[in-house]
Amino acid sequence: MENQKKYWKSELELNSNNKTIENLKNNEFVDQLPTDPFLSDKNTLQQSGTNRRDFLKYLGFSTAAATLASCEGPVNRSIPYVLQPERIIPGLANYYATTIADGFDFSNVLVKTREGRPIKIENNSKSKVRCSANARVHASVLSMYDSLRLKTPTIEGKPIPWDDFNGNVISSLQSLKEKNLPVVLLTQTFASPSTSKLIFDFLQNYPNVKHVVYDSISDSKALDAFEIAYGFRALPTYDFSAADYIVSLSADFLGDWQGGDHDSGYVKGRIPDRNKDGLASMSKHVQLESNMSITGANADVRIPLTQSQQKIALAKIYGYVSGTEVGGKLPTNIEKSLKKISNELLSAGSKGLLVTGIDDVDAHIIANEINDLLKSEAFKKDEISLIKSSKDQEVNKLIKDLNSGDLKGIIMAGVNPVYTLPNADEFVSGLNKAELSICFSMKNDETASLTKWVAATPHSLESWGDNEMVYGKYNLTQPTIRPLFDTMQFQDCLLNWIGSNQGFYDYIKENWKKNILNSSSWNQALHDGYYDSMKTQISKKRNFDSLEKANNLSKSNSNEIELVLYTKTGLGDGQQANNPWLQEFPDPITRVSWDNYLTVSKEDAEQIGLKNYNVSNGALDSNYALIKLNEESLKVPVIIQPGQSKGSVGLAFGYGKTKALKKEMQVGVNAYKFYKNFNLCQNVTIEAVNENHEFACVQLHNTLMGRGDIIKETTLEVFNTKDQKHWNSVPKVSLNHIETPVTSPDVDLWDEFDRSIGHHFNLSIDLNACTGCGACVIACHAENNVPVVGKTEVRKSRDMHWLRIDRYYSSEKTFEDDIETKENISGISESLSVFGEMETPADNPQVVFQPVMCQHCNHAPCETVCPVAATSHGRQGQNHMAYNRCIGTRYCANNCPYKVRRFNWFLYNNNDEFDFNMNDDLGKMVLNPDVVVRSRGVMEKCSFCIQSTQAVILKAKNEGRQVETGEFNDACACSAACSTGAMKFGDINDKQSEVSVLKEKDRVYHLLEYVGTKPNVFYHLKVRNTDES
Amino acid sequence: MASHYEAPIRKPLVTGNKSYHDVSVDIVNAVEGKANNQWWIVFSIALIMFLWGLGCIIYTISTGIGTWGLNKTVGWAWDITNFVWWVGIGHAGTLISAVLLLFRQKWRMAINRSAEAMTIFSVIQAGLFPIIHMGRPWLAFWTLPIPNAYGSLWVNFNSPLLWDVFAISTYLSVSLVFWWTGLLPDFAMIRDRAVKPFQKKIYSLVSFGWSGRAKDWQRFEEVSLVLAGLATPLVLSVHTIVSFDFATSVIPGWHTTIFPPYFVAGAIFSGFAMVQTLLIVMRKVSNLENYITIQHIELMNIVIMITGCIVGCAYITELFIAWYSGVEYEQYAFLNRATGPYWWAYWSMMTCNVFSPQFMWVKKLRTSIVFSFVISIVVNIGMWFERFVIIVTSLHRDYLPSSWTMFSPTVYDIGIFLGTIGFFFVLFLLYSRTFPVIAQAEVKTILKTSGDNYKKMRDKNG
Repeated sequence: MENQKKYWKSELELNSNNKTIENLKNNEFVDQLPTDPFLSDKNTLQQSGTNRRDFLKYLGFSTAAATLASCEGPVNRSIPYVLQPERIIPGLANYYATTIADGFDFSNVLVKTREGRPIKIENNSKSKVRCSANARVHASVLSMYDSLRLKTPTIEGKPIPWDDFNGNVISSLQSLKEKNLPVVLLTQTFASPSTSKLIFDFLQNYPNVKHVVYDSISDSKALDAFEIAYGFRALPTYDFSAADYIVSLSADFLGDWQGGDHDSGYVKGRIPDRNKDGLASMSKHVQLESNMSITGANADVRIPLTQSQQKIALAKIYGYVSGTEVGGKLPTNIEKSLKKISNELLSAGSKGLLVTGIDDVDAHIIANEINDLLKSEAFKKDEISLIKSSKDQEVNKLIKDLNSGDLKGIIMAGVNPVYTLPNADEFVSGLNKAELSICFSMKNDETASLTKWVAATPHSLESWGDNEMVYGKYNLTQPTIRPLFDTMQFQDCLLNWIGSNQGFYDYIKENWKKNILNSSSWNQALHDGYYDSMKTQISKKRNFDSLEKANNLSKSNSNEIELVLYTKTGLGDGQQANNPWLQEFPDPITRVSWDNYLTVSKEDAEQIGLKNYNVSNGALDSNYALIKLNEESLKVPVIIQPGQSKGSVGLAFGYGKTKALKKEMQVGVNAYKFYKNFNLCQNVTIEAVNENHEFACVQLHNTLMGRGDIIKETTLEVFNTKDQKHWNSVPKVSLNHIETPVTSPDVDLWDEFDRSIGHHFNLSIDLNACTGCGACVIACHAENNVPVVGKTEVRKSRDMHWLRIDRYYSSEKTFEDDIETKENISGISESLSVFGEMETPADNPQVVFQPVMCQHCNHAPCETVCPVAATSHGRQGQNHMAYNRCIGTRYCANNCPYKVRRFNWFLYNNNDEFDFNMNDDLGKMVLNPDVVVRSRGVMEKCSFCIQSTQAVILKAKNEGRQVETGEFNDACACSAACSTGAMKFGDINDKQSEVSVLKEKDRVYHLLEYVGTKPNVFYHLKVRNTDES
Repeated sequence: MASHYEAPIRKPLVTGNKSYHDVSVDIVNAVEGKANNQWWIVFSIALIMFLWGLGCIIYTISTGIGTWGLNKTVGWAWDITNFVWWVGIGHAGTLISAVLLLFRQKWRMAINRSAEAMTIFSVIQAGLFPIIHMGRPWLAFWTLPIPNAYGSLWVNFNSPLLWDVFAISTYLSVSLVFWWTGLLPDFAMIRDRAVKPFQKKIYSLVSFGWSGRAKDWQRFEEVSLVLAGLATPLVLSVHTIVSFDFATSVIPGWHTTIFPPYFVAGAIFSGFAMVQTLLIVMRKVSNLENYITIQHIELMNIVIMITGCIVGCAYITELFIAWYSGVEYEQYAFLNRATGPYWWAYWSMMTCNVFSPQFMWVKKLRTSIVFSFVISIVVNIGMWFERFVIIVTSLHRDYLPSSWTMFSPTVYDIGIFLGTIGFFFVLFLLYSRTFPVIAQAEVKTILKTSGDNYKKMRDKNG
C-alpha cells in the first residue's frame, strides 16, 4: 500500500528511543512565549533583565518590521489563464448574438465581450426583427454590473443556499397544492416559447397555480381592441416604410409605443433620395398629440390636441374615411385640418397608415378599422407582435383576491408591482396576507424587500432563454458571462420545483428541436441569435359595429386638466433606474437629465402660476406643481414645454424609485401613482407650490435664433423644384471684392495637406434620418468610458457626453420664419427686441435634432492653440487628443466653435464624490480596455473611435490585405448604434464606400462652414414634407 | 544728465525747499525708521488675504479646476480675466521708466521706482494664473521648449499661449533688470548710511558694489538708456501678445484685429490708475508729498484721461466693425455684450472706463487728491470688467445656441483673486519698508532745475 510508505529522515530514527528525535518531534511546534506570567506580574516585570540595549534592539526590530509591513504595495491580482480557452484571445473582442427581454424592452443584440466580460451591446442587424436596440438596451450591460444586485437568494432577508431555498419553496408549494389553495404566478411578458411551455408544465404539476401576466406599462386596451376585431390577443406590427402618409394620434412610435422599434422602418420612407428624374419623394407624417414626443418632434405637421379632443378627431377622421356621419365638436381650424388630413389619407389609400396611442379600446378599434378601410399595406395584422400580453382585469382581480384572502400564495418574476402598481398599497396589504410570497428579482427592490422568499436572478446577459417577439420569428438568449453572483434564473427554478433535473438550456434545446427548428441547425440558430420559421398567423376579421365605437369616441370631453403619462427614452418603465448612464442621459426633448417633471404648456403654466427660471450660473430651476387626483397628490417639478397642448400636462414613468438605488439615483417622482386603472390619461387638478426645484438640464437655450447655417433645411417642394443654391448654398466671402465660396482654396490661409493617401475618415449625419432617439449617446458612453458626473455637475453645465443631440425649437411657427424674422430686423432698437423674442420658443414650434460630436476639422481651431501640441491632426483625418500630453489650459475648448470638448473638472474615477460605476470594482468591469480612463485636468472628446478604426486596419494588416469597402462602417460606436442609418462612418478615400457616395449628395453641408474649419463630419440638410414653402 | 534748462513756467517737481541731504533723508526715512501701526494693520490684512488665496489655490490644485465656476462652454473666466488684468497693471512701470525716459519726461523720476516695483509685483500675480488655471499645473514646465526624452515632442509654436510664456517671462526679466539697475545708486546710498552691520551687509550685497565713481555713473546712464530702448518695444509687445490669445481665435468677440492697440492702451490706462492708487497713499504715509506733488498726480490723470478716450474709441470701433462686417455671429456677440444677460458687466465697464475719466477734463477735479484716488479705483474696477466682458460674454454665447450657458464664480474664484491682491500688497508693503521708494539719485539730478527753492532763487536772481 502506497500510503504506508515510510520516509526516513535520518538513520537515528532507527532507534525508536532516541532522545534527539524525540526532542525534534516535540519542537516542531514551538511553545508560545511565556508572556502572560511575565506581563501580568508587576514584580517580575520590574525585576526583568531587559536592559537598555535589549530595549533598543526590540524597538529597532519592531520599527523595521512595522515599516516593512506597511511597505506592501497594492496587490492587483491578475490571474493568467492556465489553459487558454479556445476563441478567447486577450485583446480581441468576441461577439455573441443574444436577446434582451426584460419585459419592457425586447431586442436582438450582439454582445461584445473582452476577455470574457460583456462590455457593450450592439445591434444584431442580421436578425431583421426588433434589431434596433434603443438607449436602454445599450445601457443594459451596465445594469448587469450593478453593485446593488442581489448576490444570493434570501428568506426573510437572510441569505440561504439555493438547495435549501428550493426545498423550502417546494415543501410550501406542495402543502398548498395538497390543500388545493390557490396560488398565482405573476410574471412579466416573456414572449418566450420555452418559458410558456415550462409554465404550462408547472401549472400541470401545481394545478392550484394560476398564471397572470403583468406589464408595468400595459397595452391591454390595444390588445383588447385587436382581440375584438381579429380574434387574437396580440398587437399588430407596422411597416412604416410602406406608408407614404402617416397619421398618428398620440402614438409615440419612435419612442416606446407598443414596444417601440419602429424607427428604422419609418426612416426608410423619410429620406428624400432622388430618382432617375431627379425627383425626390418622402413620406408625410402628421402627428396629433398632447405631450411633445420625439415622434411629434419628427413630424411634418404637428397639431397639439388634448386626449379627449384626439378621440373626437379620430372619430371624425373615421367619419371622413368611411363616409359616415360622426358627431363631436372641435375648433374650426382643427376641423379644417382634420378634413385635409382625412382627404390626404384617403388619397394615399393603401399607402396610408393611421396609428394611435390613445389609451382607449374604442380608439384602437377605430384606428385598426381605418387601416382596414384604407387596406393599408403598412398595417400588418398578420404579423403579430407578442411582446405585450398584460390583461388589466386579471391584474385587478389578483389584487382583490390577495386582499380577500382567496389567494394564498404569489410567485413573482420580472415584475415590481409594489413600485409599478397605481394601487401599490392595496397590493402590499394583500401581499402581507399571502402565506407564500416569492419574488424573482435582480435587486432587493420595492417588491422583493416585502416578499418572504427572494430568488436572486441573473441578468439577461447571464441567462439562457428564447423569444418569439413576432409570431413565427424566434430568438435565442445565451449567457455571455458566467453568472457574477449565486443566482438562478426563474426558469431553472421552475424546473427544479417540478422535480425535473434538467437545466433550462437543455429544456430550450429540446423544445426547439422538437417544436421550432424543423430540422434546422441549433448551433446555427444559437450563433445567429435568431431563427425564422416562416410561420404566419392569418387573422380573420370579426363583425362589430364600428360606427358605434366612433360615436362613443366623439362624445368624449373633459373640463379638467388631462394628465398624460408617458415613458422617457432614458428610463422607460424604471427598471434600470440605478443605471448612471441612463440617469445622466438627457431627455431628447427637454434635454433634462436626472429628473422627471410635469410638462405644461406656456398658457396653462401662466394660469396656474408655474414657472421656469435660470439662476446665475445658467442652471434651470422651477417651482412645483401639486397634482391632485382623488386622494392622491404629488408635488412635481415643472418644465414649460413648447408644443404641449393646452389643457394637458405630461409626466414620465420610471422615476421616484426608493429601493435598491444609490442615493444619487433617487430622483424624480413616481408617476405610477397616477396610473389609475392602467389608463395613461387621467383628469387631475393642479396648483402651484412655491418651492424651488433644481434641474440638471444640458441645453439651456432652446431656440436656433434664426441661425440657418447651423441647421439647414428646406421643404420637399423647394427641394424638388428649385436650384441647389436656393436651399443649400455654400457661404461666400469677399475676396478682392469678388464673392468667393468659403470652400475655395483661394480664401484659405493654409496650404491644403495631401489627404489622398491612406484612409480619410468622414462621418455622415442625415438630419432627415435622425429621430433623436439617443442610442448613439449611450453607445458612445459605453465605448469610450465616458464618465458620469452626476446631477450637481450636469447642473453646472459640465456634462461629459462626447456626443450630444442638440434639440432646437423654432421661435416662430417654422425655422424658415425665424430666418425671415431675423433678416427683416432693421435698426438697432428692433434688433434688441427681436433677438430677445427669438429666445422664446413658439407655442407649437418646429423641432429639429442635430447630433454634434467633434467635427474633426481639417483646419481645427483647437489644434493651433494648444501650447503643448496635445491635440493635433492625424493622417486619417482624425483630430487626435493625447491625454497624457494635455496640461489642461482649456484653450482648445474655448476656441472650438462647436463646443464639443469636455474637460475633466475633477477626478471622476475612484472618487467617492462621484459614486457611479467608475467608483466600484463591479461597475468598472464595463470599461472598455481599449480606451484609456482619463484623469482629472485633461481635455477629452470624440476620437472617431480611433481604437476601432485602428483595430480594423491592424486586422487587415495582419491578414496581409487591404481594408475592404464597408469594413469601417461600424467602427464608430455611434454609427454602429444608429439603426436608422442617420450616421454613416467610413473612408472617403475609398470611392466605393457608402460614405463617399453620401458625400456627393446635394443635401450635404458642413456645420458652420463659413468659419473655414473644414470638418470631417458632414450633415445632410433636413427636408420637410410640408405644404407651406 | 545733470542740470538742464527748465522753463520758468513749468511747475516745480520737488517742493518744500529741499537740499540734496533732505532728499536722502526723506527717502531713506521709511527704510531706517520703524513701521507704524497702520503699516502693520494693512500688512496683516494683506497677509491674511494672501494666505486665504494660497489656501484656495492649494485646494484647487489638490481637488481640480471644478472648484471654480467654469463649465463646458465657458472654459476661462476669472482666471484669465485676472491674468490679463494684472499684466495690464504691470504695463505702466515700463512705460514710465522706459518710454518717458526716452522722451526725457523728468516728472517720471518721482514715480518710476514704485511704478516699476508695481510692475514686477503685478506680473508675478499675473504669472500665477496661467499656471494655476491649468488642469495639471505640475506639468506647467511642458510649455517651455526644453529638450526632452520624448522623441520629437516639442511645444506648439503656433499657440498664442506659448507666445505668452515668452512675452511674460521676457517682460518680467527685462523689468527686473531695469528696476535693479536704477536701484543700484540708491541702495548704495542706504548702504553708506547704514549703521547696523546686518543692514550694511545686505545693502552692500544688493547694491552690487556701487562705488559712485564717475565711471559708475556713466555706465549707469548708458545701461539705463539701452535698457529703455530694449524695454520700449516690450510695452507694445507684451499686451499685444496677450491680446493674441483672443485675437487669433475664431470666437466672435475675440476674433478682432483691433485687439493689440486696444489692449495696449487699456493696459497703460489701468497701469497708470494703479500707480495713482498706490502713490496717493504712499506720498501721504511716507511723507513724500514734496516729491510726488499735485503736479505729478495731475500729469498722471491726463494720461489716464487720454488712454481712457482711446479705450472708449476702441469699444465703439468694435461695435461699428461688428455691424459693418455683416457677420451675424459677430453682430450678435456685441449685441449680447451690451444687452444680453451680462449687460451689467458691459455697462460697468463703459461707465468706469469711458465715462468716469472724462471728469479729468476739469482742472479742479484732476488736481483733487481724493477725486483722483476714487477715479483710479474706479478705472481699475472698470478694466477688470473689460477683461471679464471680453472673455465671459464672448464665450457664454458663441456659435451653437445649444451650448449657451452662464458663468458664476465660486468662493474659490473670488478667494484666489483676493489672494493675489493680498500677495501684491504684501510684496508692495515690504518693498515700501526696505527699498528706496523714490529714485533719489535721479531726483537729485533735477533738484537744481525743478526744485521749488531753486526755481524761486532763479526767479529772484534771474
